Amino acid sequence: MVTAGVDVGAKTIKIIILRNGRIIGQTIIPAGYDVRESMKAAWADVLSKAGVQLNQIDRIISTGAGRKEVAEANDQITEVSAVARGAIALDPRIRTVVDVGAEEGRAIQINAVGQVLDFAINEKCAAGTGAFTEAMARALEVTIDQLGPLSLRSTKAVAMNAQCAVFAESELVTLVHSKTSKPDMARAVHDAIADRIVSLVRRVGMEKEVLLVGGVARNVGFVESLKRELDTEIFIPETPETVSAYGAALLATGK
Amino acid sequence: MTMAEFWRWTESRWTAPDKDWKKAKIITAGVDVGSVSSQAVVMADGELYCYANRRTGSDSPNSATNAMNWALEGTGLTLDKIQYTVGTGYGRVNVPFSQRAITEIACHGRGASFMYGPTVRTVLDMGGQDCKAIHIDEKGKVTNFLMNDKCAAGTGRGLEVFADLLGVSINEVGALSLKVEEEPPPVSSTCVVFAKSEASGLLREGWPKEKVIAAYTSAMAHRVVTLLKRIGMEPDFAISGGIAKNIGIVSRLEKELGFKALKPIYDTQIAGALGAALFAKALAEKGK
Repeated sequence: MVTAGVDVGAKTIKIIILRNGRIIGQTIIPAGYDVRESMKAAWADVLSKAGVQLNQIDRIISTGAGRKEVAEANDQITEVSAVARGAIALDPRIRTVVDVGAEEGRAIQINAVGQVLDFAINEKCAAGTGAFTEAMARALEVTIDQLGPLSLRSTKAVAMNAQCAVFAESELVTLVHSKTSKPDMARAVHDAIADRIVSLVRRVGMEKEVLLVGGVARNVGFVESLKRELDTEIFIPETPETVSAYGAALLATGK
Repeated sequence: MTMAEFWRWTESRWTAPDKDWKKAKIITAGVDVGSVSSQAVVMADGELYCYANRRTGSDSPNSATNAMNWALEGTGLTLDKIQYTVGTGYGRVNVPFSQRAITEIACHGRGASFMYGPTVRTVLDMGGQDCKAIHIDEKGKVTNFLMNDKCAAGTGRGLEVFADLLGVSINEVGALSLKVEEEPPPVSSTCVVFAKSEASGLLREGWPKEKVIAAYTSAMAHRVVTLLKRIGMEPDFAISGGIAKNIGIVSRLEKELGFKALKPIYDTQIAGALGAALFAKALAEKGK
């Protein structure tokens, strides 16, 4: 049986194709301006990697903010259900999933079979999402890939007053003038996002083990801040962005 | 980070044409240092003598001095002749020449009462980085207030982001938002960061600028209305702060609330500093 999971996020589109439950192809591409065009490109890429054609896929399930725009999907599920299923498949010890994407942050409590017990979402506010790191990287005049490593060179914690991404950007400009070092400011940025995420986690209650997924999991500075604040080991999959698509593809097998 | 200059609202100064400070018995000043703008107001015998309103910029420790210097420009009045100065605003500790600092809520209440008259009971202050709903009595004393200072939605910074996105001067976004024949649906996100992404998408779909700014202004006004409804609207109603100059917001607020805002005669951004100058007068008279 061949199944596919399509996760249409705010920033990227992820597709995973499974044959009998094993990954035979995956792709991540920018959602860009025209989601339909980007979807075509994503399908072209993943189908060629998997060596199958679209009509050979038995079942497609979509998820993500743009899940309704996937015309070829047979069904849609919420990101919470998708990521829970994906997480437990990656590691059966996982009981808390932290999902930090471009525009949403989630904390999910799951049981041993990947069912959702409780969850908390922030989808109204850029603080605690990838959008926050992007704005801060701009303010610090570094690329998003440089931001994480930069913060690891920090020698002291600097508190940021602003919770809001817009205010934090102005605050950084003021800190630049007060000669705070860039590594210290970068660390302050990551501490700030970690704060927001930790409050989501506390709402659902943290139970080990903890899995971190979503694009922001690639930010080593954020991971460091999160580990420090949660005071626990955090597992991160090889491709943290595709866990929801993976879960959707698994659910498409009916299991 | 460099932003284009569309956020640059008009800085201003003013001197009362018919007053001579040398004839005044008591000269006091108030300085309001906000995160976005700073104002200095000088009063002579309880009447408005001169003021200046300028961007705080990133050099916050000097913004009080800069605002005051500009207010005094051309008047011949010097700092040493001012008997008492009160500082207010988020940077009130950075007013080196002040004798006292008083909270901006109290100063806005007092200032709004002076600016709009003793009938005002509900003051909405929409500033650079916060939004306040204040209830006052006939003397301008604060009886209740609610504030949002955690989130850029409904603040000047949010509007600046939009002005920059659309490439329209912030002085014109208000009028532009009214150029739509039919009010579009408001943007779904009150978060400025997300609303900006949403707006970019709308522009790419071919929405004209006025429609996009109308959609954002509508969402912003609605958010402010929620704040006001929580505290309760009591007439008369007045608006202070920079966003009071945005007729797109003001007209939508008035429509949704069913209340007309009193018309200002002074620059709406000076309310805090003006209240501070009045407190300064009272303190000077008490010999403090």
